[in-house]
Amino acid sequence: MTDQHEPDQPDGKPAGSQTDRHDPDRNDTDKPHPDRHHVPKPADEETAAVVSLDTAGGAMEPSAVPATAQSGKIPGGPETLVRRIFTGSGMVSVLAVLLALVLGGLLIALTDKQVGVTSTYLLARPTDFLAAVGNAATRSYVALFQGSVFNPRSSGSGGQFAPLLETLTIATPLITAGLGVALAFRAGLFNIGAQGQIIMAGILAAWAGFALHLPAGLHLLLVLVAGIIGGAVWGGVVGYLKARTGAHEVILTIMFNYIALYLLRYLLNTPAFQRPGESNPISPILDATAVYPQIFGSQYRLHLGFLLAVATTVFVWWLLNRSTVGFEFRAVGANPKAALTAGINVSRSTILVMAIAGGLAGLSGVAQVAGTEKVLTDGVAATYGFDAITVALLGRSTPWGTFAAGLLFGAFRAGAVQMQIQTGTPIDIVLVVQSLIVLFIAAPPLVRAVFGLNPRRRKQATVGKPKTAATTGGAA
Amino acid sequence: MKNSLRANVKRGSLAGVASVGAAALLLTGCGPAPEAGSPTATASDYTGCIVSDSGGFDDQSFNQSSYEGLKKAEKELGIKVQQVESKTNNDFEPNLRAMVSAGCDLTVTVGFLLGDATKKQAEANPDSHFAIIDFGYPKPIANVKPIIYDTAQAAFMAGYLAAATSKTGTVATFGGVKIPTVTIFMDGFADGVKYYNEKKGKDVKLLGWDKAKQDGSFTGDFEKQDKGKQLTQNFLDQGADIVMPVAGPVGKGAGAALKEAKAAGKDVKLIWVDSDGFLTAPDYKAIMLTSVMKQMGSAVETVVKEDKEGKFNNEPYVGTLANEGVQLAPFHDLDSAVPADVKSELDQIKKDIVDGKLKIESAASPKA
Repeated sequence: MTDQHEPDQPDGKPAGSQTDRHDPDRNDTDKPHPDRHHVPKPADEETAAVVSLDTAGGAMEPSAVPATAQSGKIPGGPETLVRRIFTGSGMVSVLAVLLALVLGGLLIALTDKQVGVTSTYLLARPTDFLAAVGNAATRSYVALFQGSVFNPRSSGSGGQFAPLLETLTIATPLITAGLGVALAFRAGLFNIGAQGQIIMAGILAAWAGFALHLPAGLHLLLVLVAGIIGGAVWGGVVGYLKARTGAHEVILTIMFNYIALYLLRYLLNTPAFQRPGESNPISPILDATAVYPQIFGSQYRLHLGFLLAVATTVFVWWLLNRSTVGFEFRAVGANPKAALTAGINVSRSTILVMAIAGGLAGLSGVAQVAGTEKVLTDGVAATYGFDAITVALLGRSTPWGTFAAGLLFGAFRAGAVQMQIQTGTPIDIVLVVQSLIVLFIAAPPLVRAVFGLNPRRRKQATVGKPKTAATTGGAA
Repeated sequence: MKNSLRANVKRGSLAGVASVGAAALLLTGCGPAPEAGSPTATASDYTGCIVSDSGGFDDQSFNQSSYEGLKKAEKELGIKVQQVESKTNNDFEPNLRAMVSAGCDLTVTVGFLLGDATKKQAEANPDSHFAIIDFGYPKPIANVKPIIYDTAQAAFMAGYLAAATSKTGTVATFGGVKIPTVTIFMDGFADGVKYYNEKKGKDVKLLGWDKAKQDGSFTGDFEKQDKGKQLTQNFLDQGADIVMPVAGPVGKGAGAALKEAKAAGKDVKLIWVDSDGFLTAPDYKAIMLTSVMKQMGSAVETVVKEDKEGKFNNEPYVGTLANEGVQLAPFHDLDSAVPADVKSELDQIKKDIVDGKLKIESAASPKA
């Protein structure tokens, strides 16, 4: 149309990225502007506002899937909504955490004994009440911080940073399982099977660890491979069933979680998985050659699995953003039909992405049996498989976002211990805060409204424009 | 315009809520302020601590009983108490570690799942003392005292009682999860029924547990009460009239099913476990025949007391009929349902067990 139309759409870029949508729009509204870096006219500003809303504040990388959610689709349709939840803006994530912490603080205050006592004479001396409220929340959060990052009361610099190491330890399985969930999200699959995948990985890895006796190095490698295979197979079968039969992955993964759990319970009741001479459902301890070395010596639990989690994050980043396979995943996630038309093998992508997601969750299983627990019990997966969904959501399904969210949740769990001991705050409060975070992330407009950031008003001001933007965007 | 109106309405409703809340505060908040000073004095600087397993301190089972024992020690011995709940198995080690660094003199851990974590911390901190409920180590550890129970002894009496008072000639039991601390109840119960049959030449049938095969009915966990209800209904359909659930809170499911059967005119009874169900599960008072009690609270209290007095040892505490660590609870309201001769036979059985004339054996019995 205009001669300024630069070749800014390399072939590898997914159709409908942010710039893509800008172009037809700009052509509509102010055709004759001289160059790209013009001073925007008011109308242009409005469209930009709309676009920034649609890309959730413009904070996302333009190449991420969600941008395509707008192209050619009816705005506000269920697809768009789901995708927006999966890939809400970073700002919303941060604010959701903040809001959840504030509400959690209020809950702590409500359940605090001193607050209860002072509220009975609220009128006689209201300062007591307010001080008690402030005190309760602050003390709890200070304890949370001391239990998760830095404890100045500990002796020696090693002791002072021990909480941070503990945070990293607990974050390890959250990160890898979260990456598995996030990867599937990006391919348009709601993988809630991380729990089962962790369990299957745990079973295989633990068995390889206590039943086989191999030289150091080789043994750990085998445990690691066994775990990854266990998770990958458990995830891959779901992908296969989805691709071949069209069964819904949510139902499949839920059922596969149950199958894995009850299989584990059955196995733990067989002598092969019990300690000799005992009949408790707990496996023998893994061989010393089969466990991850501890990075900072035996008094800190941080193990090699954390470094693997970092490496895995890099790998997933590379896979999604730099590899052909990852591009196919994202294309399928954006629009399977379009991907099919473009010559992408959707079935293959579905199976592959579920297998890789399962393998990532499998790493968490290995981190459990070879890293922290060193035995197999029916609680081997704890609640990591489900926490992983939260972590992936909070991390906006991006690799580094998931990594950061994993660290945050690791900190919550690590700090909760200190919170219980120092202030008597029940651990349930931490779980409530975690749940509130999910709630707020699932409802970005709520969070924006609370902080007065809701762009709805701006949208209403330009109510005529977005429609044209959407339709022309789709037509292009 | 529309917008601002809506905002006004919202603000209005918020203000309404706020004023109601304020009114509530006004109503409750008009007591007098206390005088300054008068801190509550704790005499001892001895700290007793407890780490739960994932059941938590409100599990109506061993976590709760042990916790209550420690709280009782807090009151009576004037010690300080710290507690940490574990939500998952992953919390065990951090929780225990935190307890040690919080300066606990004695840390009580609850359940076999904490066995490895307790051992690890005990070996790393030889000066700290530990006690573990319901788990004994194959090799004793110098600073860990196992608190275990020969529950089969009391369950044997319950089995005999059930067989003697059953009208239909069929009794039943089921477990939560197949672990030794559960199956030991079922073994004892099975032997009690068998003993009655041998003595009296009767053929009272037991549903839900086969001691020889070590296999029977389980609900799979200690949470799903509806499963306990289902199982109990199955037993009732097969003619059982007395049921002993060994499944913590799941026992309430059995209670519910029996209560319904009772309302429908059947003469059915319930045998509770761990605590005296007549007191701890009063909903089922009317059908509560007796309970097989494990006195965990008093054991914890005793161990704390001994440790405070510097008399700690790692000899396992084994609860038996002899030391009243395990007991058959009183019959309470159903006292009249138990014939006098059965009562005297039970007394004789208890005496024989205490004297060692009658040996109750279970694969799950404490080996110490």
